[in-house]
Amino acid sequence: MKRHSRTPFYLLIALLIVSGLALTWYRHYAFDVPWLPGEKRQVWSIEAKIEFLAQGEPIVASLAIPSSQPGFELMGEHTASPGYGLSFVEKDGGRRAEWSIRNATGLQTLYYRIDMLSLDFEDSPYHPPSPDIRFKLKKEGPYQTAAAQLLARAKERSANAFTLTRELISEFNTQNQTARFLLQEQSRTQWLVELLNLAEIKSREVLVLTLEDGRRRQSLLSYLQVYDGEEYQLFDPRTGKQGQAANQLLWKYHSDSLLDLVGGTQSNVHFSVIEQEVPVSRMLDRDLLSDKPFLDISIHSLPLEEQTLFKGILLVPVGVLVVVFLRILIGLRTSGTFMPVLIAIAFIQTSLLTGLLGFVLVVTAGLVIRSYLSQLNLLLVARISAVIISVIAIIAAFSVLSFQLGLSEGLKITFFPMIILAWTIERMSILWEEEGPQEVLVQVGGSLFVALVAYVLMTNEVVRHLTFNFLGLQLVFMALVLLMGNYTGYRLLEYRRFKTMLK
Amino acid sequence: MSIFSAYKKLHNSGLLGMNRRNISYVSRYNPRSLFPVVDNKLTTKKLALEHQVSVPDLIGVIEDQSEVSSLKKYLPTDKGFCIKPAKGSGGKGILVIIDVKEDMYVRPNGDLISLEELERHVSNILAGLFSLGGGIDSTIIESLIVVDPLLASYSFEGVPDIRVIVFQGIPVMAMMRLACAASHGKANLHQGAVGVGIDIATGKAINAVQNDELISLHPDTGQDLLQLEIPNWNSLLELACSCFDMCGLGYLGVDLVLDSKKGPTLLELNARPGLSIQIANGIGLVPRLKKVEQLTRPERMSTAERIAFAQTHFALER
Repeated sequence: MKRHSRTPFYLLIALLIVSGLALTWYRHYAFDVPWLPGEKRQVWSIEAKIEFLAQGEPIVASLAIPSSQPGFELMGEHTASPGYGLSFVEKDGGRRAEWSIRNATGLQTLYYRIDMLSLDFEDSPYHPPSPDIRFKLKKEGPYQTAAAQLLARAKERSANAFTLTRELISEFNTQNQTARFLLQEQSRTQWLVELLNLAEIKSREVLVLTLEDGRRRQSLLSYLQVYDGEEYQLFDPRTGKQGQAANQLLWKYHSDSLLDLVGGTQSNVHFSVIEQEVPVSRMLDRDLLSDKPFLDISIHSLPLEEQTLFKGILLVPVGVLVVVFLRILIGLRTSGTFMPVLIAIAFIQTSLLTGLLGFVLVVTAGLVIRSYLSQLNLLLVARISAVIISVIAIIAAFSVLSFQLGLSEGLKITFFPMIILAWTIERMSILWEEEGPQEVLVQVGGSLFVALVAYVLMTNEVVRHLTFNFLGLQLVFMALVLLMGNYTGYRLLEYRRFKTMLK
Repeated sequence: MSIFSAYKKLHNSGLLGMNRRNISYVSRYNPRSLFPVVDNKLTTKKLALEHQVSVPDLIGVIEDQSEVSSLKKYLPTDKGFCIKPAKGSGGKGILVIIDVKEDMYVRPNGDLISLEELERHVSNILAGLFSLGGGIDSTIIESLIVVDPLLASYSFEGVPDIRVIVFQGIPVMAMMRLACAASHGKANLHQGAVGVGIDIATGKAINAVQNDELISLHPDTGQDLLQLEIPNWNSLLELACSCFDMCGLGYLGVDLVLDSKKGPTLLELNARPGLSIQIANGIGLVPRLKKVEQLTRPERMSTAERIAFAQTHFALER
């Protein structure tokens, strides 16, 4: 047998580690990215992606954009829109970004990105209210009567502007029939604004973006802002919940529309959010986010939507590393090699407890169904297909059941990759028939344990920070995997297996 | 014991671990292209017949679900037989029938099963229930092995087989596997069967284990396992060696039985053997494998030379 020299292999590993660490160090040094999360200020990067179909005519697209506000300070903004002219305009006290072009056809994509520094509410500059007040309902006739009725009932039980708002929202929630009748005409928030104005309370509809790290294709939610003469309060028009959470950014708070488009059709706006940690030392330098050194080997140069996607993808090697470690060095048995990583990714989507419970429920129910299928002597492909369909049915049943029971957590079960579940069930079922339930428990337990370890690491703040900010680490992961693949020593569990030899 | 001293102890005793087996022996000495021969018992059998290696007689082969309904015409009516999947591993899916009585089939433990159940079993085999990758399989019907009475008394409800590890044509370690009640007639150590280490030089028992624990008596038959001595030992070793010449795998596990009429007979080949046999022998494989690796061109040696090499170098010092 020919034996290859191992020297090039070790050179490759050394090269991977050295270049990986060098890249990592360069990122830290040149971009001042901190090693650990925490020692810095929180900056939210929010990207609005506007898509529409152009018809070959001159186009003007105008997007309402936010400015500094209580809780958030504007740090910088960028746009990406090749070929378009751009200007920022102040209109009715609100800011808008306006793109224009003489001629365009087909699908157009415009990006607007803003970086907001998160502040304590108290430190924030105060912005005076400026809603326009109409003391009259827009709608006439039966709508007026019904609305006035709601307002009268709410007024009875309230003392001031804020309590009236709360009562009005709860009227909308309890007076189902009236509410549904009114909603035929205009949205609940619009009604609430009009009714409050009618009661001589200043209020307006605002569009709020919930900031959550790594979210893609978010849309704005309509909220109600009420002024009682001294301060502003934010209300959720659906639940009546009062107050603004620290992660709620007011995107639009003026009477005009979110997007005005001339010359295009089928427009929509989506938001992607990413949390960036910027070191305090660089906070003084206002241009930091637009001014970057020329060699930017990071995914931060991508649009935010792709960045958030990568934030997840870059964690996969961490999970893979866990699998390689636990299998080669520890000797755990799992069902399928990388099934545990996929389960861990599903756990990240579903939250741990729901995920675990859902997994066990679906697999158990699947095994029962599969045991019936095995009596039918079907061919393998047909059998697995039947299991996939059963898994979908089980997931649907659990979702509906948990929703009826008021457990919205149960809905997250749909995040589990179905083909993966079906394969797990199929393998477990064969294992059950061949080796008995004990081996099934060992392997399912092993898989879940590996998934759990991978989950804990992949949701760890430090790990997320490092993998996202330092791409060079991926090379180090690669080197570690190759090294472990070369390990000829004993697995930890082999010590137990060979215990008679140790005596 | 700290993990380091445990590591040192295992390492010093030359114990082969799974990682090392996979990297240094299986992937280095067993080319992937030779695997199909050992993974399919039917191919193994054909090859064995070409090389005049004794194997159990083939009664019939069923390759298609449509033939299942005519299973009966393949089955002998006057003697026992054995149904096994061609691509099965670890004894999975093997069904032994020792007798036929009034349309019912008798299993070694006395259970009766019907033709219908046999058909279902065959259908499951064809669907790939027992095959390595879950792929479509074929069913082999073989005549029963009549185990040499000397050995039969050691096993409980199952055929005792002899596993020899052949490294580059040289037998390096052997053990006998005895079924017992705990293993449900199966002769696989991880299913609870008894493993008896065999001295390569003499064919005599040196050590016995069950579930990784040392034992000296068979748990069901009460036989003193250390008195075990395999008759015809040299001819068994010769057969093991010829299996290397026939399939070409450098690191090979050969499963043999001693048939009372045919003598040493090949049951199946295994391309990734070698961990539990060390526990059964109480010895690590590495020093023996290293000794063989020091030889230049061991494949050029004659069978007798190889056996002589094994018997002088791997004999147990008592």
